[in-house]
Amino acid sequence: MIKPIVEMENVSFHYGERQALSKVNFIINEGDFIGLVGPNGGGKTTLIKLLLGMEKPTAGKIELFGQPIRKFKEKSKLGYVSQKANSFNSGFPATVEEVVTMGLTSKLGYFRRLTRQDKLHIYEAVEKVGMTDYLSENIGELSGGQQQRIFIARALVSDPKLLILDEPTVGVDAENVEKFFDLLHELNQQNISLLLVTHDIGTMTHHASKVACLNKTLHFHGNPNEFQTLSKDKLSDFYGHPLHLVTHEH
Amino acid sequence: MLMNLFEYEFLRNTFFTGIIIGIIAPLLGAFIVVRRLSLIADALSHVTLAGIAFGLLLEKKTGAILITPFYSGLGFSIIGSVIVERLRRVYTAFQELAIPIILSGGVGLSVIFISVANGFNTDLYSYLFGSVSAVSRQDLYSIIIIAVIVCTVIFFLYKELFLLSFDEEQAVVTGIHAKRIHFIFIVLTALVIAASIRIVGVLLVSALMTLPVAASIRIAKGFKQTIIYAIIYGETAVIFGLVSGYYLEIPPGGTIVMLLILLLIATIVTKKVIANINSRKHRLKTG
Repeated sequence: MIKPIVEMENVSFHYGERQALSKVNFIINEGDFIGLVGPNGGGKTTLIKLLLGMEKPTAGKIELFGQPIRKFKEKSKLGYVSQKANSFNSGFPATVEEVVTMGLTSKLGYFRRLTRQDKLHIYEAVEKVGMTDYLSENIGELSGGQQQRIFIARALVSDPKLLILDEPTVGVDAENVEKFFDLLHELNQQNISLLLVTHDIGTMTHHASKVACLNKTLHFHGNPNEFQTLSKDKLSDFYGHPLHLVTHEH
Repeated sequence: MLMNLFEYEFLRNTFFTGIIIGIIAPLLGAFIVVRRLSLIADALSHVTLAGIAFGLLLEKKTGAILITPFYSGLGFSIIGSVIVERLRRVYTAFQELAIPIILSGGVGLSVIFISVANGFNTDLYSYLFGSVSAVSRQDLYSIIIIAVIVCTVIFFLYKELFLLSFDEEQAVVTGIHAKRIHFIFIVLTALVIAASIRIVGVLLVSALMTLPVAASIRIAKGFKQTIIYAIIYGETAVIFGLVSGYYLEIPPGGTIVMLLILLLIATIVTKKVIANINSRKHRLKTG
């Protein structure tokens, strides 16, 4: 039976006076690969912040893995690769291994240090993203695409059931974007659910198993093929401005 | 000095203190530098000066030692660190503003205490630039306790401090109490400054925290290595700085800092030269 791992029911959120989300109903099932698209300021990042517990909804209910979000303590089940992950200070003296190790911080808890088992786990995560040769390199010396992989490894190391990626392909060249999606598909096949936020609708409909379109409210949530058959006008309505949709042929 | 070391207690105290601060100042300095807080140490050292002046003033006015300058300095330094954290939260967009506010406040208070006291019998000069003969046995014991606290906290909170320095957003998502960790960290900084001040002096204490890191960051791979190299640089400079300061009758703050700067220049130049040689080799190979 397919279990929902995220359930949002009538969730609204305000930044002061300004409404960012209005009555959003959103479900992520186990094994989903969901592309979340929508215009800038449409509330994509807010939705992620709510899921991660960085903000509390003004109204509505959020459940994670069948538990109300207030009671949800297993933060390591959620992996998060932030949009800002790439904007760290590139001179920061941290090796790839050290960066990936950071992903275990919450799982270990305070005062605990790494065991040999944890070390093996770190190497596995780095191997999954194909960066084993770079373990002892400084993160700042890698290319944007390679850094992105390392940040995914960091999110993977705590064995998340849901991986949330916020605009992960910004600043990554086309060839590496393809490789990046190959990696995401592999992870998805290993039963990691994915929520990928992007404004690139074309790639999204090509790769994701479901698409959700968010502009304050959730306008569409379902099969990408259906999403593509929506009329251009309707899509432009969602976005609030005319839209040029680039479709990718197989 | 090495011969006299066993003869005079004050030299022993200074030497042991030097070895301790040669470890803890660069250790904490590594976190300070990567968090871009290099000037915080300067601000807190000036607050510590105000505390020292306050202790000396009390001593002069009451004629009794109610609180030694070491402890009054330590107290002020900790209070200063708490205010820095508060100010950084008030000015979230201009966090560096906390530094000039605290620094000038420290100097202002110091001037007031010094003039109210009408000058001190104790050599204020040694507080500014350090001294080889200023550490009492009592001070040494306190410094040992500080070192144990600092090393224990860093040992157990290493991964939290590291994540917080690298990526604050991720740290918060992970469920780390960023505010608490920031607070603990700044108090540790205050402790290390108070411990280091008798040797390197108010004006140069931040150098002992940041210069070793500046040199090690040029050559290290990763953060742990940065810390280890920084401690090696710091320790080298402290030991040779103390010995040369003693023989040349120069306050050790000056000799230690100048040694650190020489080490820093040597590191930068050596790295450049090696990089040049490597690129030439590469060019010859690829022809």
